[in-house]
Amino acid sequence: MISLTVNGTEHSVDADPDTPLLYVLRGDLGLDGAKFGCGLGQCGACTVLVDDRPAFSCLTPIAALDGRKIRTIEGLGTPDRPGALPAAFEAEQAAQCGYCIAGMIMRAQALLERNVRPTEAELRRHLAPNLCRCGTHMRILRAVRRAAAAMGGEVQESAR
Amino acid sequence: MNGLTRRALLAKGSLVVAFASSGPTQAQESEESTSLPGDLDKYPFLDSWIRVDAADRITVFTGKVELGQGLRTALIQIAADELCVSPASIELITADTGRTPDEGVTAGSHSMQNSGMAILNAAANLRVLLTETAAWRLVTSVDQIELQDGSAYGPNGQHVGYGDLVAGFSLHVMAKPDVPRRSKGRRLIGESVPRVDIPAKVSGHAAYVQDIRAPGLLHARVVRGPSFGTQLKQADIDAVTHMPGIEQVVRNGRFIAILAAKEWDAVKASRRLQAAGWERRAAPLPSTDLCDTIRRSPARDIPIFDYPGPPAPADARIVKARYSRPCLMHGSIGPSCAVALWENGNMIVWTHSQGVSPLRKALAELLRLPLEKVRCIHVEGSGCYGHNGADDVAADAALAARAVPGRPVRLQWMREQEHGWEPLGSAMVVELQGALGRNGRIVGWRHDVWSNPHNGRPISAGGLLAGAELDPPFAPQRPRPIPMPEGGGDRNGNPIYAMPNARGVYHFVEQAPVRVSALRSLGAHMNVFAIESFMDEMAQAAGVDPVDFRLIHLQDSRGRAVVETAANRFGWKRRVNGRSGRGCGFGFARYKNLGAYCAIAMEIAVDPDTGGVEVRRAVAAVDSGEAVSPDGIRNQIEGAIVQSLSWTLLESVRFDTGGRTSFDWSAYPILRFPTAPTSIDVHLIDRPGEPFLGVGEAGQGPAAAALANAIADAIGHRLRDMPLTPERIRAALRS
Ligand code: FES
Ligand code: FES
Repeated sequence: MISLTVNGTEHSVDADPDTPLLYVLRGDLGLDGAKFGCGLGQCGACTVLVDDRPAFSCLTPIAALDGRKIRTIEGLGTPDRPGALPAAFEAEQAAQCGYCIAGMIMRAQALLERNVRPTEAELRRHLAPNLCRCGTHMRILRAVRRAAAAMGGEVQESAR
Repeated sequence: MNGLTRRALLAKGSLVVAFASSGPTQAQESEESTSLPGDLDKYPFLDSWIRVDAADRITVFTGKVELGQGLRTALIQIAADELCVSPASIELITADTGRTPDEGVTAGSHSMQNSGMAILNAAANLRVLLTETAAWRLVTSVDQIELQDGSAYGPNGQHVGYGDLVAGFSLHVMAKPDVPRRSKGRRLIGESVPRVDIPAKVSGHAAYVQDIRAPGLLHARVVRGPSFGTQLKQADIDAVTHMPGIEQVVRNGRFIAILAAKEWDAVKASRRLQAAGWERRAAPLPSTDLCDTIRRSPARDIPIFDYPGPPAPADARIVKARYSRPCLMHGSIGPSCAVALWENGNMIVWTHSQGVSPLRKALAELLRLPLEKVRCIHVEGSGCYGHNGADDVAADAALAARAVPGRPVRLQWMREQEHGWEPLGSAMVVELQGALGRNGRIVGWRHDVWSNPHNGRPISAGGLLAGAELDPPFAPQRPRPIPMPEGGGDRNGNPIYAMPNARGVYHFVEQAPVRVSALRSLGAHMNVFAIESFMDEMAQAAGVDPVDFRLIHLQDSRGRAVVETAANRFGWKRRVNGRSGRGCGFGFARYKNLGAYCAIAMEIAVDPDTGGVEVRRAVAAVDSGEAVSPDGIRNQIEGAIVQSLSWTLLESVRFDTGGRTSFDWSAYPILRFPTAPTSIDVHLIDRPGEPFLGVGEAGQGPAAAALANAIADAIGHRLRDMPLTPERIRAALRS
């Protein structure tokens, strides 16, 4: 049994210590937000926060997570009471298929918690590990800008 | 799919509505011959499309599917508008072979034309029936009746609910062809209604087939060689069967699937089998460039178009160019997935296939079951952009599920499998020759395009990967060219411009060295890239501004409006000077010359040291007939521009003689945030009353051409071979 703290709740999980967090979140804890995209740390569909930093849950074995604070998109709100980023994504209609979106939101969350006034170049660099095949990039950027404003900050224009 | 339980899963599965009674056969037998709009013509009975229950709840049926393009919302909007109810009061059932009309494949930007127009007209028919019945019930005249929010109101406020009204007549009646649309009251069509699927998608709630859970569900992985044309070497199945957590290893010929209660156990076991190594089954791939191979292969020549006119005069200037595109991948972010359940002799498959009906037929053949024993239900997956692994994985899941009756089986491909096995968009070559008269007009044009097929979608067991693996195997499906006016490799090979003495030939190369099928916009991406690059080359030869040169040759008034709007909104006349490391380009097409119009102007900057391209801004103008959801259209066009930039700038599937070598995102890089444009603006030209035109594929070609033209403008050299990579730009700058 391995104990994991996810969205503030402690769970004991009966899984091999080498199991990547992603499979435990989806399979054992029923949290569907993080998605399997590549299992290789190349796409970000599986992004969650570990101790407030973005992590590829597809590559992080649960053995490495004892005592660490794990957060997933489910911890940011519900469809009825969304957090600042999900609300901004909804307002900007920032999804096509949406498969990448939970990962995008979690990575953006890490940035805005650390710095609510990033520059546009910082924002784009920060989101670079996450892929979107539908080409929703412009809306995703707009949504993060909107969320930054809602959190009392601003994404500042900058040369790229 | 939120909270999908086994019971819900089964309830869905057991719900069998005798759809055939409303099916196309009766329509064909009937004497009615006037054609009805969209797919209403194939399924003319109103209850194929709309039903109303006693509690006034409205259910709308479509055979098309949500792919992230916003179709679900647009169709609800259309029905709600015509029936004077809020979008929230409509339930929409999408493609399910047990419940909905067979509208074929959701592809080719046809959904709004076919399903949207059908639902619009079915709803208009229902509105008339409701109004007439209400007038009779409330003892007044039809023009005194107001429909609102599920009730019909008479002049004195007396009212009766839709459910009550519908109880008084049959919806199993043929639609009338000439029913006018609602003319009074607030309109929903034309409003940017928020998409119904987005709240679940931005909050991490189950939205995809990948998220289906059910008690007793088994996770499965399929094991095959690394890429199409290869097979696994003899693997030690027994060792894997005894690995912890493995429930079963299913074998049938070369088909192998591993089932486990825990997904990670299935993954580990599949890796162990995969480690046995692989060998090539098919003939080795040519070691030459695929474009050259296709250009030299035996081909069937198919005329694309022939615009009459006198031969070019002897003093005409001749311009020639050759363009090419490598194989491209769909590259869904989520590898393909399906859930299958084999129970009581029935196979139910939850799938993100774009064509549940053809898939059902192929699966029935594969499983040697009568058609009525197979049901395919569409559930959203990761965006697909054409024929990806969706159908193949549905077959894999069904074969795995057949070994464990009563237990749902969820099978997802691994990333390497999606990259290695998905059908690719074909490599293509276009050669163009133009003649320019002394007056600066085009006086001759010749378009030759070479391509492998663009439609390998399964219609039989041989069209599925597993079909070739079973013992005995099914014969592979033989691809056919898609005839014009839609076209496949020749799609949009016919220029929209008015020009005499113009011809085009599609050199259809049936023998594909690699697995190919439909990728968003089929040949249009390449043909528009080539034609619109060539228009710039001709304009330059004529010494005319590229936009003016297009307008000189463009008679279609809607096309002209789109070109002019994009140019004006961009500020084309005041654009930055080219050849300064900055440049501007323009691209325009009407998709298939039948669908939506799209013009794009783009400004870029090229870094002379790295050859990297920065897209400063893109401005698009779009006419897609009557706009149902302006924001939905913008979302599609923005996405098409970004995706097409990725294809055109960066992408190329790599091969060696053993097979594909692009197995992941490092070997097949696509656009990431730092390379996304600084801004994209989309301007709509709404055409109320005109038929809806899908926009899903309208932007791919124009975006590619605008980019190529902008690069040529910026660096003074034309790049004609995709992808337009930094290396190629650096090489051009050095030359
Ligand atoms: S799934 Fe984890 S990075 Fe792609
Ligand atoms: S919205 Fe489809 S992958 Fe990003």
